[in-house]
Amino acid sequence: MSLLAVHDLAVARGGMRTVEGVSFALDAGQALILRGPNGIGKTTLLRTVAGLQPAVSGRIEAAPDAIAYAAHADGLKTALTVTENLRFWAQVFGRTEITPAIEAMNLRDLTQRPAGTLSAGQKRRLGLARLLVTGRPVWVLDEPTVSLDADSVALFATVVRAHLGQGGAALMATHIDLGLPEAEVLDLTPLRASTASKDVKPAGFNEAFA
Amino acid sequence: MIALLMRDLRLATRAGGGFGLGLAFFLIVCTLVPFGVGPQAEMLSRIAPGILWIGALLACLLSLDRLFALDFEDGSLDLLATAPLPLEGGVAVKAAAHWIATGLPLVVAAPLFGMLLHLPSQAVPYLLISLLIGTPALSMLGAFGAAITVGLRRGGLLLSLLVLPLYVPTLLFGAEAVRRGAAGMDAITPLVFQAAITLLTLALIPFAAAAALRINLR
Repeated sequence: MSLLAVHDLAVARGGMRTVEGVSFALDAGQALILRGPNGIGKTTLLRTVAGLQPAVSGRIEAAPDAIAYAAHADGLKTALTVTENLRFWAQVFGRTEITPAIEAMNLRDLTQRPAGTLSAGQKRRLGLARLLVTGRPVWVLDEPTVSLDADSVALFATVVRAHLGQGGAALMATHIDLGLPEAEVLDLTPLRASTASKDVKPAGFNEAFA
Repeated sequence: MIALLMRDLRLATRAGGGFGLGLAFFLIVCTLVPFGVGPQAEMLSRIAPGILWIGALLACLLSLDRLFALDFEDGSLDLLATAPLPLEGGVAVKAAAHWIATGLPLVVAAPLFGMLLHLPSQAVPYLLISLLIGTPALSMLGAFGAAITVGLRRGGLLLSLLVLPLYVPTLLFGAEAVRRGAAGMDAITPLVFQAAITLLTLALIPFAAAAALRINLR
């Protein structure tokens, strides 16, 4: 049984189908990188997998409470310190230990700083440290390396590799080379929804209430 | 859930959190009304119950548009929706935090501000009780409006229009209870109706607001 399996999935953004016929499975220790041009629906696909929006068709099979989602926005409160931000998310996910996450993302010197005073890359590192405190096996990451420098990207690759080594899995949308040669790559370009199928399923008024 | 409550309260009291905004607004209303309508004590004490309730209601409304909008903007709402905490519980906790940060200070300050308006002293207990019963409904109904308007830029206007009609029953029964208390009449009936409205919102709003949030997050 794989951690996350997607069968013939089609997703829509703003009532328009973006990609369709997406199928993949992630086992423990596997990473899958989604590639494709802007606007093809990488973010929409990830949000659907994370359960934030319904799929147009197809199935997503995942164990309940398996997925940790990280979006473009890091979900940080600028008035709270690094420690307070991390501790909050740890408590929401029913955990207490945050020190390993701080060590892993190299945030030790910043723990007492309000998140609002961090640089963009430091915020991103804090956002990724949040994944570690969730304790969930499947990471669904949307452009995780935005605004990270080369050292931090390497650090992040190490963290992902360690996560895979502990039986986790990762689904990532990214444009850059993460330095994870073992990760499989799924190019979404051939799966772009055809214009014909867009017309078949127009955005109805009832879409919002489906 | 405790963690979310503590976080919201901590954010409310930190710089830029808006704690005290509602209280300051309430104070301004209560000090300006005597200047506006004149200092006659008998007139003021007649309108005091209504003014106090309207002031509290508008003060509550003032900070509502930030209830979910801030979490929506920085992405934490997405993350909360995928967290193990049910979104219904999240809504209830956030509304509770709003009440503790906004409604409760209004309740505590109301007797003091009542003196500015010559509120008869026998009405003060009724003012306290009716505000204590009524303000949770204001926070809850406001949470519903905030959930509906969360994705909109400057949703505050639409929020006010949506929520104000829902506030009317609470305002009616609240002001009526204080007026009856001031006149030395029995005020149990309006208080019971007010409590019923509050209990109804506490029971139903979390589900309605969570459904609205889920649609807005798509």
